[in-house]
Amino acid sequence: MSKVVIDALVERFKDPVQGDGVTGAYEGAGGDDCAFVKRERLVEVCRFLRDDAEMQFNMAPYITAVDYLGQEPRFEVVYNLLSTTRNWRIRLRVKVAEQDAVLPSVCGIWRGANWFERYCFDMYGIHFTDHPDHRRLYMYDEFVGHPLRKDYPLRGRQPLVTELEVPAEPFRGPGPAERGE
Amino acid sequence: MSTELDAIPGIIPTRRDDAIGALEKMVSKGLGWARKYSLFQYPFVTACCGMEYMTLAAARYDLDRFGAALPRFSPRQADLLMVVGTVNCKQAPILRRVWETISEPKWVVAFGVCASSGGFYDNYATVQGIDRIIPVDVYVPGCPPRPEQVLDGIMMLQAKIQGQHHQFTEGKPLPVLGQAPRQR
Repeated sequence: MSKVVIDALVERFKDPVQGDGVTGAYEGAGGDDCAFVKRERLVEVCRFLRDDAEMQFNMAPYITAVDYLGQEPRFEVVYNLLSTTRNWRIRLRVKVAEQDAVLPSVCGIWRGANWFERYCFDMYGIHFTDHPDHRRLYMYDEFVGHPLRKDYPLRGRQPLVTELEVPAEPFRGPGPAERGE
Repeated sequence: MSTELDAIPGIIPTRRDDAIGALEKMVSKGLGWARKYSLFQYPFVTACCGMEYMTLAAARYDLDRFGAALPRFSPRQADLLMVVGTVNCKQAPILRRVWETISEPKWVVAFGVCASSGGFYDNYATVQGIDRIIPVDVYVPGCPPRPEQVLDGIMMLQAKIQGQHHQFTEGKPLPVLGQAPRQR
């Protein structure tokens, strides 16, 4: 699809005063266009992509996050968007710092983003402002921490019921682990 | 004609004790025979092993031949809890509660390697074997187990039930609702 969309985006969200809204456009490995979006302009960019008559990105099939532990900023939220009328896909990447892991919610633009953003909060601890139902998606409310963060211990099990004693066996993991922090 | 030995209770079995013991044994054997061929199972199906469970319960492998035909979807009507699939930490209180709801006598089969030991899910979410939550009678390994393996497990469970001691009543008073000690 030859970078049509992404070039239009970069052109439209140029801002010499406060920095460009969309930067670093490139063609991804699968042929999809990718670009980095500034956090402050995210909702604006998404609304433009959905509502513009040329674009019509009316679906957000997948939203997820990545933990680049050791880099700064640490997190990145990835928005995969699909235009069902044009059969176009693009991927928007938003960098999020660990100390200020807050993003504006895009639930008002695509209702389907609701559970994806809950997933990002549950697994990575990234908060979304104006989210209609800001809870964990998979883990239980008693769970402490965010398990897909790279610094969460692999076996950091937090059982809800007291577990019975079983003999230690080589073919299975240990019981409730201490949270190694 | 009584001797001094007869005065010590419980030491020398009299012919009456022998007779009662033999009767109890007969009753136990009969009850065990009845119970092992009328297993009403509660399928606690959480994962992909459920496909294999369906095969097992359907016509080709036909669990009905072993008297375990009818899955009851209420734990109050069941006496065999089949835990089919991965149990994670969020699911564990539910499993524990289902097991507590099943009335005695009850047995548990861990169906598949995830229920038996957690399988390869040695991660932050999965219980490493349901015997950390509830006591288990028969473990069936396999990912998923072949239906023949499960049939073998059912037959082993039947042998175990036949060997257990059964009686008509426990002789204990029934617990009053709301006063039973609640374990969590």
